[in-house]
This record gives sequence, C-alpha cells and structure tokens, in this order.
Amino acid sequence: MLLQEIVRHLNLNIFTANLNLEVEVTGGYTSDLLSDVIANAQEGNLWITLQVHPNVVAVGKLKDLAGIILVNNRQPEEETRRKAEEENLPLLGTKENAFIISGKLYALLTQKT
Amino acid sequence: MLKVVRADLHIHTCLSPCADLSMSPRRIAAQAKEKSIEIIGISDHNSAENVPALIEAARPYSIKVIPGIEVTTKEEVHLLALFANLELAINFQEEIYTHLPGENDPNLFGWQIVANEKDEVLDFNPRLLLGATTLSLEETIDLIHAGGGLVIASHIDREGFSLLGQLGFIPFGLPLDALEISPRLNFEEAKKRFNYDYPLVTFSDAHKLEEIGTVTTSLLVKDLVFEEIALAIKGQAGRRILN
Repeated sequence: MLLQEIVRHLNLNIFTANLNLEVEVTGGYTSDLLSDVIANAQEGNLWITLQVHPNVVAVGKLKDLAGIILVNNRQPEEETRRKAEEENLPLLGTKENAFIISGKLYALLTQKT
Repeated sequence: MLKVVRADLHIHTCLSPCADLSMSPRRIAAQAKEKSIEIIGISDHNSAENVPALIEAARPYSIKVIPGIEVTTKEEVHLLALFANLELAINFQEEIYTHLPGENDPNLFGWQIVANEKDEVLDFNPRLLLGATTLSLEETIDLIHAGGGLVIASHIDREGFSLLGQLGFIPFGLPLDALEISPRLNFEEAKKRFNYDYPLVTFSDAHKLEEIGTVTTSLLVKDLVFEEIALAIKGQAGRRILN
C-alpha cells in the first residue's frame, strides 16, 4: 500500500512539507530503542515511535524506511523536522498511542483487497 | 609530582530506588576504603541529596567525594553529571527537579532514603527519581556544562538507558567529556569496540555494596581535586587516564 493512502486512512498529520508520499510501505515496525530499529526494521517499513530526537531521521534513512509516525501527539524537535525534509523522509504524527496506531496500521496492511 | 589514583565515579546510594538499602553513606565509604579507592563519585538518579552525608562519611578515610547526578534525559538516556563541589551539584539538582514530573511509589519502585553521615534516615525523597526528565539529550548536556560540570554518557555498552541503546549512534559533534563502559564488558574489549573520539572510562555503577570498585579508572593527577580529575579524563596538561 502507498504511504499516501495510509496517511489518508489513518488521518495522520504531516510534519514534513512537499515530500513524495507515493512510496510503497512494506510493513510496520514499532520500537523506541533506536538500536533495536537499526537491528530489526526492514526496508520500506513505516516506523512507529515516540522518540523525537534528530537521530530518528538518520536511522530512518539508514534503514530505507518509508516514513516515521510519531505517536501521542508528540511534536518533532525542529532539527528533526528540518532534517527529515532535507533527507526526503516523511515525518508523520498521530494523537493515538503506539498500540492503537500499530493495530490500525496492521489491519490496514493485511486487509483483503 | 603526579601520582596515580583509583576512581569509581559512578556509585548509587539508598536514595536511588533501585539501589540496595544497605547503600548507606558510612557503609559506602567503608567499602571504598576496603577496595582502596581514593575518589568516589556519588551519582543517584536525578538527585544529589545524599552527597552531603557521603562527603562527611568519607572524610575519616580521606576519600575524595565527587558530587554527581545520573540524569535521565527525555530520550531515556542516562548521563553522568559530575561537579567540583556540593553547591554546584545542588544548583543543578534544583534545575533538574523543575523538569522531573511524577511522584515515587515506594512499593513499586523502592524507597528513596535521604540519610546523614551516621546512616540515620533523615527523609524520604517523594519525587519519581526513576522517571525521565523533560530535557532532551542536548539540553541536558548544555545545562551540565553551564553548571560547571563534566558530562559522561553512562554505560554505553548496555542496551537499556544508554546513549547508543536509546539513540542508535552518537550525534555528530555531541559535546560529551567521556563515555563510560559498565563492568559487564571487559575494558580492553570495549576500547576495540567503541573507537570514538571521546575518552573512555569504566566505573562500577554500583547499586550494591559488593559492586563498589568492581571496575575503576586509574587517573594520573597532581592532587585529589575535581579540576585535576577533569584534566585527567580530558587528557590535558600531562594528566591522563592510565587504564
């Protein structure tokens, strides 16, 4: 499924301006330990986290992730948002917690079409 | 004339809810003496309230106490903040307290005992010392430096609550003074694995009496004062880390 459709279905905020959301999402990964994301996330995954430090952008690029969803209405640090735009990595947000948004994303990605 | 001193600058007391209740000021001082440690750093989670008692308890043994706090940043990274004197540490503690939400529940997290130098209970700290502050990694480092302190990233070899575990890598140019290796990893092995442009030190992170001094860092210094210790850690003016 394309990131653009996921953003629409899950009603996500978009923190990064003018980025291409027509990228294929291969799955999701939920974790707040960046070392764990480096070790275990897969290319094309949408990463769900509450960490807002600029390092999330570097990890997202390193793993070729489709994007990052910040949970619980967390706002990215300005440096994080700026870097995400520079690196062309969509930074998204939701008011939901990690459990709820992970469940919704899982349902969306596994639904029969 | 320079001399070699042994330092364990990361020791918790009974103020940390996760530390053993036997970590009282007199016992810590006696144990440090027993282990021939000449400088101890007292670094409870987000508080320095047992430092005054430790300074007094260590005096008969001529052990130098470095006042410290192990701060939890909002990313849940542990940073060791070490100061030249009690006043600077308390000033920093007051700053930390304004950014530390929550109340402790002793039944869930453990008791937070403020003690005197006779090991008598003075008070129970009511704050959630095990919690995270609302300060980012960079904000915390700036605050410690502005308060005259040294910043050492705690136990970087561990997954939980470490700079590398929480944030994956060290942000470029982060102004840390050193990186700490825990006793879980052999220090020689650590030097090979963590090849960064920061000094490496190793301290016990003791939460129990018998853990004090399980690993120490030997420093080449002129005197047992904070300024000399800072020079040695930074490798300046001929002072240096020996192990």
